[in-house]
Order: sequence, then C-alpha cells, then structure tokens
Amino acid sequence: MDRIPILRMGKFLLVSIQVDMHDQLAMTLQDDLTSMIERTGARGVLIDISALEMVDSFIGRMIANISGMSRILDAHTVVVGMQPAVAITLVELGLSLPGVKMALNIEKGMAYLRAQRAAEEGDGLNASHHSDDGEAGYGTRQE
Amino acid sequence: MLHALIMRVHTAIQLIQSRVSLAKSSARVTREQTCRKSRIAEILKAHQDDLAAEWVKNLQATGTGKDSRISESQLREQTKEFLVLLSEAAAAGGDVHSQAWNATVDFLEDVSRSRVQQGFTSEETARFIFSFKQPLFARLRAELAKDHEAFAEETWAATELLDKMGLITIAAFQKTREDLINRQQQEMLELSTPVVKMWDGILALPMIGTLDSARTQIVMESLLQRIVDTGAELAIIDITGVPTVDTLVAQHLLKTVTAIRLMGADCIISGVRPQIAQTIVHLGVDLQGVTTKANLADALSLALKKLGFAVTRTKAAN
Repeated sequence: MDRIPILRMGKFLLVSIQVDMHDQLAMTLQDDLTSMIERTGARGVLIDISALEMVDSFIGRMIANISGMSRILDAHTVVVGMQPAVAITLVELGLSLPGVKMALNIEKGMAYLRAQRAAEEGDGLNASHHSDDGEAGYGTRQE
Repeated sequence: MLHALIMRVHTAIQLIQSRVSLAKSSARVTREQTCRKSRIAEILKAHQDDLAAEWVKNLQATGTGKDSRISESQLREQTKEFLVLLSEAAAAGGDVHSQAWNATVDFLEDVSRSRVQQGFTSEETARFIFSFKQPLFARLRAELAKDHEAFAEETWAATELLDKMGLITIAAFQKTREDLINRQQQEMLELSTPVVKMWDGILALPMIGTLDSARTQIVMESLLQRIVDTGAELAIIDITGVPTVDTLVAQHLLKTVTAIRLMGADCIISGVRPQIAQTIVHLGVDLQGVTTKANLADALSLALKKLGFAVTRTKAAN
C-alpha cells in the first residue's frame, strides 16, 4: 500500500492507519490530508491508529505534525485508539505529544469532534469560544 | 536482615574457596604420588561407626547437637548416612563431579535445604561438614602414624575432599535462599498490581511498596491494558502505600501519566501524604499538568464530577 485512504464523512475526515507506517507513507499522508482539508473545507479530522503496533520517533513526530497542520487549517483533530505498547514507546522516546487531542476509541473521538462543532455553531460568529480542554489559543484563531 | 545473611554466606563461600585453592596448590606436589589409591575410603569404611560417634560428639560440642531445631537421633542418622555415601564415593576417586559422587552431593544438598527450612544460619550449616575434619584427621593420624609421607598426603586429600563438600553445602544453602527471595519477589509483583474498577469509566490503581523500573513497567502495562479493555476515561493512581517518592519514582509516575494521556484517557494521582508533598517540592520535581489529590475520596469525587456524575445523600445525617 503506498497511500493511506482518507474518508469523508460530512464535515469530518476519517483516516485509519491499518498498516505499519514507514517514513514515505507518513509524508504522503501529510500531503494528502492537508490538501484534502483545504479542498473539502473539513472542520474535523479523526486519525485512528488502533491498528498501529510499532512507532519510532519519526512517526511519533509525524502524528504530532499532522495534528498541528490540520489545526492550522481550522479543523479539530483527534487521534484515537493508541495501543498501550505504542503509548509506552512514545513515552520512553520522550514524546508526550502536547497539544494533540487523544481519545480512547472512535466513538469517543467522534463525540469530541461533534461537541466541538456544536460549540462553534452555538457560539455563532461574534461570541467567544469555550476553552478547548487545554488547547490554548485554539478558539481565538477562528473568526 | 536477609541481605546481611546473603553477605555472610558470600563471605563464607569466599573463605572456603580460598582455602580450597590453597589446599590445591599445596597438593599439586604430591598429586603424582596420590595416583595410587587413596586410603581414605578404606579407613572410612573400616571405622564408620567410630567416626560417626566422634563426629556427633564433635557436633554436640560445637552446639549443633544441643539445638532444639534438630534432634540428636536425626543428627546421628544424617552423619551415618553421609559416612556410608562418602565411603562408597571416595572409593571411586576424588572427583566430586563424577557419577559416583552424585548420591553424596544430592544428600548434602538435601541436608542444606532442610537446614534452611529449619532456620539455621550458613555458619551452622557449614559446621555440619567441617566438624567432621577433626575425627577424620585423628583417625588418619592413628592409622598412618608410622608413615609420615602417607599421612601428609592423605591429610591433604581429606582436606580437599571435605572443603569441596563444604562448598557444595554452602552453595545449596545459598541457592535455597535465593530461590526463596525470587519466589517472594515474584509473588510481590503479582500481588501489587490490582486494577480496580471504581465506577463506570473510572479505574483505580492502589500502589503498594517501592516503585522501581520493573514494577512501574508492569503496573503501567496492566493499567493501560485495562483502559483499552474497559474504555475507562479516567484512571486514579493511589500512592498512599508508596513509602518514599524520590526523583526516579516521580519520573516513573510522570511517565505513566503521560502514557495514559497518549491513550486518550485522563489520570489523577491521589494519596499524596504531607511528607511526600514536601519531598517532591524539595527535590524540585515538576508535577505541573498532573492532577493530584490528598486522598482517594477527593480523587473519586473529582472523577465523578468530570464524567458528569453527582452523588447525593438521600438520608440526613444523624
């Protein structure tokens, strides 16, 4: 597989990483995802890594990068389903991925994205945003 | 206490080893002549009962015989059995690693093991073998009074033999103790990582005992696995049972918290005692970003609040 599929679901994009990521695959995903957000005007991105069993520091950083890029493109990003072994590896590598929103499973990740979207719509254009669970500076960038 | 004991066993072994090597180097000169059959086996066989009686007397004189942990008849039986085995094995030659010595070595290891279980020290266990030297040497002296050369030779052979026996005894003693420690460690590891479900979506991990790298790893793995299995959003790590928190322990805790966050769950640390709070601040450990609570009740009420639960009292306090 030389490409990771990006699925569109309403205003959200779903990325499910089902294979072990190698560096080129991660770079391609980064390109694809950013252009896809731009093209579709997606407001939320869900990255499912529940099938990912091995990570190195590069892939760890790529996950953080992709998440950061989507955020700059005005899409909430949530990474779901990290395996315990992967979490331990990332911690041992010294990567705590600050600023990346994590969720236990797809259901909880989608609930988070919907809540964020509902908050945005409820607020309208002139109201200030609710605080986004420690993601400082996020809400103020939008209008 | 256990540690001190192991140190003593180590010193005892070193002592015996140095004595054996000393005996070996001195015996090298006469080794060529000892090719002819040693007379030890013969003497052992001929004077078995006398030697056993003297040995027991010697053991009693040094205190082992009067010990309530082992009866005199038991001691007599052991000495007698050992002498029988020894005389058979000695007839086959002086190499204790050969097949002929298997029974003797097994017997000694059994004796050692039973001594450990009865609570004897390494010293007392080694004394069993070493107190046999005196009667054996006395017997050799009586038998070989006229032949000085042979007497010296046989004495060396006997010393070497008994030192080897002593080494086997101590090695078995130490191994039994080490097995015991290993088993206890294993049991401790298994006992100390229960992950408890507190509520729907809330897990708790009461930690007991010192946190080292190996334990943290096991604790972390079992907690993360439970989070995946149950889909719990909140984990409470209770450190009431952790005696001390140093920089290393704090680092282990932070790692666990970070790993839990990476999984998409949240973590509260509870049971921080006043002394531990002081130590953490004095050490300059940065626990920022980690929610800490003084006790488990506070942590649970915060967790319930975060998940949108409310606890109400239905009956007034009396």
